[in-house]
Amino acid sequence: MDLNGILQFLIYALSLGGLYALMALGLALIYGILDLVNFAYGEIVMVAGYTMYVLGYVLFPELAWSVVAIAAVVIAVASSLLLERVAFRPVRDADPNTMLITSFAVSTFLQNSAILFIAPRPRPVRFPVFFSQVVRVGDLVVSKGDLLSLLTSLAMLGILTIFMRRTILGSALRAAASDFTMTRLLGIRANLIIAIAFAISGCLAGVVSLFWIGRIGTVMPNVGLTPVLIAFVASVVGGLGSLEGAVIGGYLIGFSTIALNIVLPSKVLHFRQAVLFGIVILILLFRPEGLTHGTTEEKL
Amino acid sequence: MDTGGRFITWVDRHSTLAILIIPLLIFAALVAHFGGTILESVAVILFINLMLVTGLQMFMGNSGASSFCHTGFMAIGAYISAILTLTVQDKAIAMPELYQVLAQIHWPFMPAMLVAAAVATLVAAVIIFPVMRLSGPAAAISTFALLIISNSVITHWEKLTNGTRAIYGLERYTTVWTSAIFGILSIVVAYWFKESRLGLELRASREDEQAAASIGINIPRARYVAFVSSIFVTGIAGVLWAHFVRSFSPKCFYLTQTFMVVAMLIIGGSGSVSGAVVGTIAVTVILEGLRYVENSINLAGILPFTIIGIPVLTLCVAMILILILRPGGIIAGREIRMQSKWGRSGPATLEPTEQEG
Repeated sequence: MDLNGILQFLIYALSLGGLYALMALGLALIYGILDLVNFAYGEIVMVAGYTMYVLGYVLFPELAWSVVAIAAVVIAVASSLLLERVAFRPVRDADPNTMLITSFAVSTFLQNSAILFIAPRPRPVRFPVFFSQVVRVGDLVVSKGDLLSLLTSLAMLGILTIFMRRTILGSALRAAASDFTMTRLLGIRANLIIAIAFAISGCLAGVVSLFWIGRIGTVMPNVGLTPVLIAFVASVVGGLGSLEGAVIGGYLIGFSTIALNIVLPSKVLHFRQAVLFGIVILILLFRPEGLTHGTTEEKL
Repeated sequence: MDTGGRFITWVDRHSTLAILIIPLLIFAALVAHFGGTILESVAVILFINLMLVTGLQMFMGNSGASSFCHTGFMAIGAYISAILTLTVQDKAIAMPELYQVLAQIHWPFMPAMLVAAAVATLVAAVIIFPVMRLSGPAAAISTFALLIISNSVITHWEKLTNGTRAIYGLERYTTVWTSAIFGILSIVVAYWFKESRLGLELRASREDEQAAASIGINIPRARYVAFVSSIFVTGIAGVLWAHFVRSFSPKCFYLTQTFMVVAMLIIGGSGSVSGAVVGTIAVTVILEGLRYVENSINLAGILPFTIIGIPVLTLCVAMILILILRPGGIIAGREIRMQSKWGRSGPATLEPTEQEG
């Protein structure tokens, strides 16, 4: 492979990996604080997608894409907060299995609402022309959509890092993710922390939705399934609940997806999902703290 | 304590089975003799659901761990029995890519059912042990990963399963009586399992993992036996289901189906067999009722658009409400049983404590 090929590969991989990393981060943030494996997270992507469909396609076809995109992210944040308040807060103190099943129910509820109130079939979403335009640098051809998603995910991760490391709320969040009980004992309000975590995770899902649905071009009731499954894998690879781990895991999955697409014949690619989730089980069995972490002592 | 009192106590204690089974038998008899097509199909679905839910209860209810991969094993039962029972000609049409060896086989229903359930059980026995060592969210995620793997394999192993295309042309072997007998048998098995030594050990581990391990209970082994046994019940349910609906594809064995069965168990209360039975009956009756209403509305064209998904939406809301308001389910972990005033207070039984929090 020549230099151009390598650069091309890097851009694809970073763009896809960035989306996975954002998704995984949103999942890991909630898991770290609440021990809640949030299945319904994919449905936030779906809600943002339908916001774009309804607002930008049905109601105001003339509206600028950027306005629609901002509205989609705002709705994603709002619905994430709403789910926390309505469904997850009442079961917050229950055991993790109960919370997981609750999120399963919420996810099925949202998908079926979309089927009932909008349509079971895919609906188109309008995207700015530049998404499919390309930039040429010498022999290198890159789509602007990929470039934008790469830059956006890097920017989001940068802003989040600064927020998490430089602000009091950020350190409270990090503290809560590592030991929630202790954080509460130190006088941090649980409701506030959890609401912020859900808001951030909703925002991440909203941003992912812009590019994820941009890749497909349509939105359908189960559009959130693939991203949430990949986010699962990524956050397990990085160690459940670890924030840095989730980001690294996301990029790792992005890179390996693109690499496998190039290397493996399509016959074998069919079983990619089976292999991916087989690896998830193996990691949970042998390296439950994730691939990127050292082994820690067994918790009683 | 005199013998009579002891006998009454024994009857009280094990009256659960009679209370659960007799109404179901009467229902089956009534439907088989007087029921029309719709009522018969509701009854068969009810009994098959009963098998799926009590099967899941054997594992989830006693061990307290979640399993989302039972549906994958239901699929194994359905596919294997379809491959074994379809005639050679039907297979040539419905499953053109099938392995030559399997394409030549044509078995009667009963042996096919047993072999199909045995294959499902065997697959479970081979792969599940490591997962049983995990607990908490890691265990739940692993079983979920297994569901996804099973779906991926079924979808892409075209030489065995016909890929994403549906398999059709199965004989309808599942009648009201066959499903009723197997449904009731599975209640007996689940109850017997719960009351057995292993069941008690598992329930102890559900209440306090460390304490149970400290008195010498081998938790992974107990969970393993429970899981594998519950898969046998699930496998048979899959076979009966396949020979009732007569045509299916991989997407029948994925998230929606998993959600239905888990919902029935959670709504009824996973801690007891009574909970599983009550949850199945309540949810099946409401779901099938709503489906009927929904279909009628759509057919009559009362609304300017078709409505889809009301039953599942109702189920989701019911489930979330149950999880919030009554986390133990309708039955909340107890068994339905007689309480005669002549019996002495029974021996201490292990009932789940109130939800912590």
